[in-house]
Parts: sequence; structure tokens; C-alpha cells
Amino acid sequence: MRRRSAAPWPLAVPALIAIAFLLLPLVGLVARAPWRTLPSLLSDPTVGQALRLSLVTATLATAVSLLVGVPLAWVLARVRFPGRSVLRALVTLPLVLPPVVGGVALFLALGRRGLVGQYLDRWFGLTIPFTPAAVVLAETFVAMPFLVVAVEGALRAADPRFEEASATLGASRWTTFRRVTLPMIGPSVLAGAVLCWARALGEFGATITFAGNFPGRTQTMPIAVYLALETDPDAAIALSLVLLAVSLLILVSLRDRVLRAGTGGRAGPPWRRA
Amino acid sequence: MSLDARLVVRRGQFTVDVALGVGAGEVLGVLGPNGAGKTSVLRALAGLEPLTDGHVTLDGEDLTRLPPEDRGVGVVFQDYLLFPHLSALDNVAYGLRAGGLRRAAARRDAARWLEQVGLTDHAGHRPRQLSGGQAQRVALARALAARPRLLLLDEPLAALDAGTRLVLRSDLRRHLTSYGGPTVLVTHDAVEAMVLTDHLVVLEGGRIVQSGRPAEVARRPRTDYVARLLGLNLYRGTARGTVVTLADGRLTLAEPASGPVHVALRPSAVALHRTRPEHSSPRNVWAGRVAGVEAVGDRVRVAVGGRPDVLADVTPDAVAELDLAAGAEIWVSVKATELTVYPV
Repeated sequence: MRRRSAAPWPLAVPALIAIAFLLLPLVGLVARAPWRTLPSLLSDPTVGQALRLSLVTATLATAVSLLVGVPLAWVLARVRFPGRSVLRALVTLPLVLPPVVGGVALFLALGRRGLVGQYLDRWFGLTIPFTPAAVVLAETFVAMPFLVVAVEGALRAADPRFEEASATLGASRWTTFRRVTLPMIGPSVLAGAVLCWARALGEFGATITFAGNFPGRTQTMPIAVYLALETDPDAAIALSLVLLAVSLLILVSLRDRVLRAGTGGRAGPPWRRA
Repeated sequence: MSLDARLVVRRGQFTVDVALGVGAGEVLGVLGPNGAGKTSVLRALAGLEPLTDGHVTLDGEDLTRLPPEDRGVGVVFQDYLLFPHLSALDNVAYGLRAGGLRRAAARRDAARWLEQVGLTDHAGHRPRQLSGGQAQRVALARALAARPRLLLLDEPLAALDAGTRLVLRSDLRRHLTSYGGPTVLVTHDAVEAMVLTDHLVVLEGGRIVQSGRPAEVARRPRTDYVARLLGLNLYRGTARGTVVTLADGRLTLAEPASGPVHVALRPSAVALHRTRPEHSSPRNVWAGRVAGVEAVGDRVRVAVGGRPDVLADVTPDAVAELDLAAGAEIWVSVKATELTVYPV
């Protein structure tokens, strides 16, 4: 006979308040949505443009994060060097940094007069701010730490002796990384990538600061939502619904496979002794 | 092919310092209690643990500074460390591919190795679908398939149940014989050490305390650890003529000896009696008290407290007849000819 323990009220009541607080705004969004005019609102070309730009830039930002973030996570987890913990703190700083500050910082580094930007401009004629590339960079800056943290955690939790076994079989460190390490932390990489993508999709502060707000070029969905709220609230609600739908789709499709793996359960074959 | 190594590994207060030599086709056993440094020895040979001092030379080539992947040293780990995301076949093919073979060729070769260890039917299975014994054989095949110049085995049978261990022990002997290169096998199992190795070193506290052929080590153990492992009584004392004076009691020998000696005694050579044996030939008779009774195979091992303490193996019938409960008063007799005496 299993007794279902009731939650004591000092826990139950605040928990209910939290649930209401988290769900009520979403209910409001759905309840107040202009369902009748929704098709015409969403068929506006600027909506399609913003949605397409958001999806493309978030995907590119995730790709860039995977390309350089996974190696960074490996270095932080596997290579011993002085100042490693300081470096780890610095590269995960964007997690806690207000995104607007990130945008300003990117501007000062890569803007036309920026630390690096002035040379890009002078030598290659490259101007980054206020371009789609700037959107991708702003999103990458803010979102990559999510991936790095997830992958580094998985690497630290993974048994390094599998990598040793690989080395004794003659595999180089690069082969070991590709054929042993990466497959073993695969679920965590995927989970990190999903988090990273979702964060990039919702990016607002750094993007509007560094990339501005040019419809079709740098106006992403969150920015479109914010601007529409002043001129056409119904359009803002419609756009928000789309973002909500995309988010729910991700969450549902990846719920079991990925989000759980991200918490780092370490399964082993039955004969393994701890 | 032969291995010559001196390994010094310092970790905090603990230092491992051993010299090893293994010829081609020879199996060197490293026997020792937990924490003696056995695994450090293997890891140092494989290049997984940096040497504080010393060298590793294989066929005259100095491996000391080479990383593990360039040494050609195969390892069978105690818990196998099969790659969980690869099938048994791909686990075995792993080293072949790392060695430059194409996928198809590596798999063909790996399939032959799986056949060698009798696991053709399990080629497609993931490690978690294999039993402990099967996983052990895949691990062995994986190490051998990479054609190592030196093979290291870390307690290869320790994680298996007794029945599986028995079968795999003789299989392992066969594979080690056909391997042909030098092998170092770490164990803390006496039978494994006796059956699988050609030469034995006993490691305690990071140092080699005894070295010799397995039969020699078994007959003349030099430390309590080895004696206990083999189930032998081992005494240390000073001999004068045919009498050895121990810290606790004395023993009479058949042949005279002198100076500090070890005296080894098989428990099966010890006789127990309810009353003092009067008209028998044994030269060593003393009184004691039963401290413990334990079944060992089809015999019963009786620990007797006395001067000196002794382990005796008797039949279950004798236990009933002598009423050998813990605390019982008992007489011990040992023939002088059953004592093996050798200098410390």
C-alpha cells in the first residue's frame, strides 16, 4: 500500500503561486489572441521575413557554437593549464551578463572603430554591425556558454578511462575524441545545442544593440514583437504565439531524449563495479 | 621480443619502485594485496601514468617518453572498458582501424578474433547486452587484435563469478600461449597466479618482496600476505640445530639449520586430536584452542590458537568426530618432515 504524502501547506501554497505565475501569462497570450485575424496578420511579409531570419540566424549561431564551443568545453575539461578556472569563469560570463552589455561590448570590439573592427574595415572593407552577420554574432555570444557549460559538465562526468583504453589501442587524441568521447557525450551535446538554439532564437538585447533593427536584414522575431507592441498589439500577440509554438514544439519533441540526458545520468553495463 | 623496465612512480607519500624483465612468450605475474601498487605498475608500462624515474624498454627500443598510443602496448582492463556505444565487433575492430585498416578490412579481421574467443554469435551486441564472461573475452580479443608488442592484463578474471572464472582461466592460458609476446598479468588470486604465469613477483608497499617461479613462491612464501593467499602456515624464527625458536612457541625440524629462517607448513599436513597423542612419531605436539571453523572446498579449515597459531585442514567427518566447535580444547601434531625450512 503506497501512501501518497500530501505536501505541507508552507510548500504547497507557494508552489501553486509559482505555477500560476508561470502559466498565467501564457494563458493570457492564448486567450487574448486575435484568432480570427491571425491568418492575415501572419501572412504579412515582414512576419515571414522576421521568422525566417530568426530561424536561420539561430541555427547558424548554434552551428558556430558547436564548431568552437565543443572544442572549448573539451579544453576546459581535459587540459590542465594555469588560469583554467579564471578562463572558465570568463567564457561563461555571458550567462549572467545583461545582453545589452554584451551588445555594447561586441560593438566596441567589432564596430567600425572597434578594437578589431577597425582593421576589418581598413584591410578587408568588412563592416559587421547592422548586418545579418552581426545578428549571428550577437546570438552566438549570448547562447554559446549554454552549450559550453552543458558539454563541459558531461565531459567531466564521463569516465576518462575509456579515453585511456582508446589510447592503448593506438588511437590518437583526435581519433579518441571523434570515436569515443563525442559519441559518449552525444546526448549532452544535443541537449546543449537545443538550449543554445532556444536562447539564440529569443535573443533581443545584444542583437538590437549590435545589429539594430532593419526589417529583412536584422529584425528578428523578438525585435519584431517588441516593435509591433507599440504600433499593432494584435500583430505582437500573433508573433508571440508563433514563438511560443516553436518553443513548445522543441520542448515536446526533445523532452525525454535530451533534457534528461542533460542532467548527466551515468549508466553503465551491469557488471561494472563502481 | 622482451620487456625490460624499471618503474619509479611517486604519488604523495607512496612510492612504487620495481624492476621487471619479461621474455617473449613469457607471462609475468604481479601478485600483491590492494594498494600495493600493482595497477600503477601496469599504468606506467602502458604510458598512462608518468614515471618519476626509470625506463621502459621493449626489444631494445626505449618507450619511456612515448605516449600510450605510440607504444603498441595492449591492455585488458579489470572492468574491460568496452566502448558502450560500439558493438562487440566494432570494439574489436577499433584498434585495427586506429592502426590504419579500412573499415571493411578491420571488421573482417575483428570477426576472426571474435571467432577465436567463441563469440561470433554476439558480434552485433552492445557491451551492455553481454554477460561478464563474454565482455571479458571481447576485451581480450580487442587487445590482441591490435597486435600489441606487450600485453598487460589487470586482474582479468576478478569481476567474474566462480564458474565462469574456471572456464575462462583455461581459455586465457591458451590465448596467452598463442600470443607469443611478453605478458604482464596483475592479480591477487593465488590460483590465477599459479595457473597463468611463468614467473611471479610479489609486490607489497610498492616494492618487490619476492620473485620466482610460481611453484617456488608457493612452496616457500616469504611474506604473510602470500602465505595467507596460498592458505599456508608461515613462521619466522631462529634455528639452532633442529630446533626453531619462534616469537611464540618452537618447532622441531627433521634436518638441522641455523640462523633466521622461514618455516612453511601446509594445513593438510596438520593433525588434530582430542587428547594428547602418546604413541605417535610426530616430533611437534602442542595444545591449543579452536578459534574458527570454515569450509574450504570439500575440506574444513580449522584455525587453532596456541603456541604457535596454526591452520589445519581436516575432513568434515573429523570435525564431527572431534567436536570442533569454536573454543574447544585441542591437540595439534605435525611431523618434522612436513616443515619446509628456508633462510629469511
